[in-house]
Amino acid sequence: MSDGLTRRGFFKGALGALAAAVLPQSMARASGAPSKAGVAGVLVDITRCIGCRACQRGCQRANDLNAPQELMDMEHLATRLEPSFHQWTVVNREGGGDAPVRQVKRQCMHCLEPACVSVCPVAALDQTDQGPVIYRESRCIGCRYCMIACPFDVPRFEWDNGLTPVIGKCQFCAQQRLFKGLPPGCVEACPTGALKFGRRDDLLFEAKARLRSRSDVYVDHVYGEHEVGGTSWLYISDTPFEKLGFKKNLPKRPLPTLTWDVVSWIPGIVAVLASLFGVLAFSLSRKNHQDSSGGPA
Amino acid sequence: MIGWGFLTAVTGVLTWLAVAYGLNRAPRHGGRWALGAVGALWAVTAWVMVIRFARGMGAMTSMSDTYPWGVWVGFLQAGVALSGGGFVMAATVHIFHIKRFEPILRPVVLLAFLGYSFVAMTLFIEVGRPYNLWHPLAMWQHHSIMFEVAWCVTLYLTVLAVEFSPAVFERLGLKKAVDVLHRAGIPIVIVGVILSTLHQSSMGSMFLIVPQKIHPLWYSTLLPVFFLISSVAVGLCVTVVASFYSARLFGKTLDRWLLADLARAASWILLIYGAVRVVDVSARGAWGRLFDPGWLGGVFLLELGAGVFLPAVLLSRRVVRDRPRYLVLACLPALAGVVLNRLTVSWLSMVPYNGPGYTPHWMELAVSITLFTIVVAAFGLAAKFLPVFPADQKMGESYDGKTFS
Repeated sequence: MSDGLTRRGFFKGALGALAAAVLPQSMARASGAPSKAGVAGVLVDITRCIGCRACQRGCQRANDLNAPQELMDMEHLATRLEPSFHQWTVVNREGGGDAPVRQVKRQCMHCLEPACVSVCPVAALDQTDQGPVIYRESRCIGCRYCMIACPFDVPRFEWDNGLTPVIGKCQFCAQQRLFKGLPPGCVEACPTGALKFGRRDDLLFEAKARLRSRSDVYVDHVYGEHEVGGTSWLYISDTPFEKLGFKKNLPKRPLPTLTWDVVSWIPGIVAVLASLFGVLAFSLSRKNHQDSSGGPA
Repeated sequence: MIGWGFLTAVTGVLTWLAVAYGLNRAPRHGGRWALGAVGALWAVTAWVMVIRFARGMGAMTSMSDTYPWGVWVGFLQAGVALSGGGFVMAATVHIFHIKRFEPILRPVVLLAFLGYSFVAMTLFIEVGRPYNLWHPLAMWQHHSIMFEVAWCVTLYLTVLAVEFSPAVFERLGLKKAVDVLHRAGIPIVIVGVILSTLHQSSMGSMFLIVPQKIHPLWYSTLLPVFFLISSVAVGLCVTVVASFYSARLFGKTLDRWLLADLARAASWILLIYGAVRVVDVSARGAWGRLFDPGWLGGVFLLELGAGVFLPAVLLSRRVVRDRPRYLVLACLPALAGVVLNRLTVSWLSMVPYNGPGYTPHWMELAVSITLFTIVVAAFGLAAKFLPVFPADQKMGESYDGKTFS
């Protein structure tokens, strides 16, 4: 047994070395456990959102998207908008019934341990050092595994494009703004301070301060602090999140560990099977040789 | 509506012919009927392909952002499972050296090769940017199960082609090439078996990342194990069914006692598979979810009862195993069961999470059925023109002289 384990360790090490040599730097980094405390984040305070949808227009501008903009204002708030490959964020009325109606902005949550990045076979989705999960169209094969894997159902596909469909998702305006020190387009467009841009750990501190100072108003939960291992976008609200269409009962454990637990066994399994089959096949074939004159295969 | 009618007519004709040939009551112009139905289907699918690449998948599938994967993925999964005979029989003959199964190895390897070709062809249509399908081979992301799947499909297709190539070389009279492959045989077989083991199980691992989306009757950390065991069982069943039909359609002789042995093995493996599934649901305390509103509980009972335990029991009976026709009839529910299982894991089990919103478009089904008929036609052509079956390999009489035709 110990032999098997050391062999497994060896193969893991060998794979790691190979990975470091062959893979792009961001990939090699992914196998370690980087500190995610200082990543960029946004705090969404649902109590401050008036539903003007200025963030949606800001997103379209910042990312050169071409979704129809007629409905992106306060007058049309009753019309529900769905995110799509060229509409990466939407604000809709949520709640109702026994809960108050609130305006909720949705976009990619930018998980600290993103499931989409872990399942993408070609690293078309990748996590940058500052945290944002970006998409690189030129690598994408269009397998849509990211859409299946995402716990927030964020990635969208360009269904009416036959040859060059893309995956559409919020990328935190990483390339064109964040890397230059600018806040994302949606945050810049927000007139009420419902969106606040900053370091995730600072924002988490502020979120908890707000919850404490107005504990009569806020629900005692920062959505995104622990969900699927934590997300860069954090939400606070005066209405229970599950009443506003947020996914509830998400595991606190990062989802990629579920597959990594299996994938990390593969080198070991290959080694064990190869030696087992090798020994078996050749010893039995020699025995057969001695028994009769018939050759192998 | 017209599309559905057309599809029903085509599949109706083909099913009728399959049953008729199975019962040895081939209709007078059976071949012509088959050619007509398949020809019409292929013509329609050619047009569907034009729509697919001109106007996108949205124009000819029911897939959407809510259901990014449809039946194509389910059938693709089923295709992989049904190709399981290839690695099981290769291991039996060349690793465990149970040589009496050698006569059926070649048709089984061909079946597996064609099954994986079905998978590859589906992928070229299902994926948004098929011209980028080589990317996983160059742009590594070893955390992804899909990355592993891409490598396994590519390598295993190559291995299967090599394993089958002696038939082609024999036909072409290239004796030297056959000898070379003969000597490299065992290592190639071992590589193939390992690749299959990884690939069959990783088809299940693909769904480990969505514990909150898959219904608890199906979601288990043992998904890769389930997928592997079921592919072994169903691979044996496919071998039985395909041998039976080859004998009927191409007048080949096959040893029916070999098939009975395969069926007995399949019966045991199905039983183990069913038992592990039952223990798994018990261990996770998920039996109560059988009574969730909706029909998923019924699907679970159908899949495990009719698709696993029924064939397991039937195939354990001598009465069934001794009659080829019964043998095939007992294997069919196992095949249907695994197809249902793959469709359920990749689609039906997510319906409570996603909500309704996906029923396959007839054009999606037309594509899958077309690819299936292409595979069957390719098998027929190979059986006709290549030394696939034992009679052509000059294996002589089977060991007890009893053959079935």
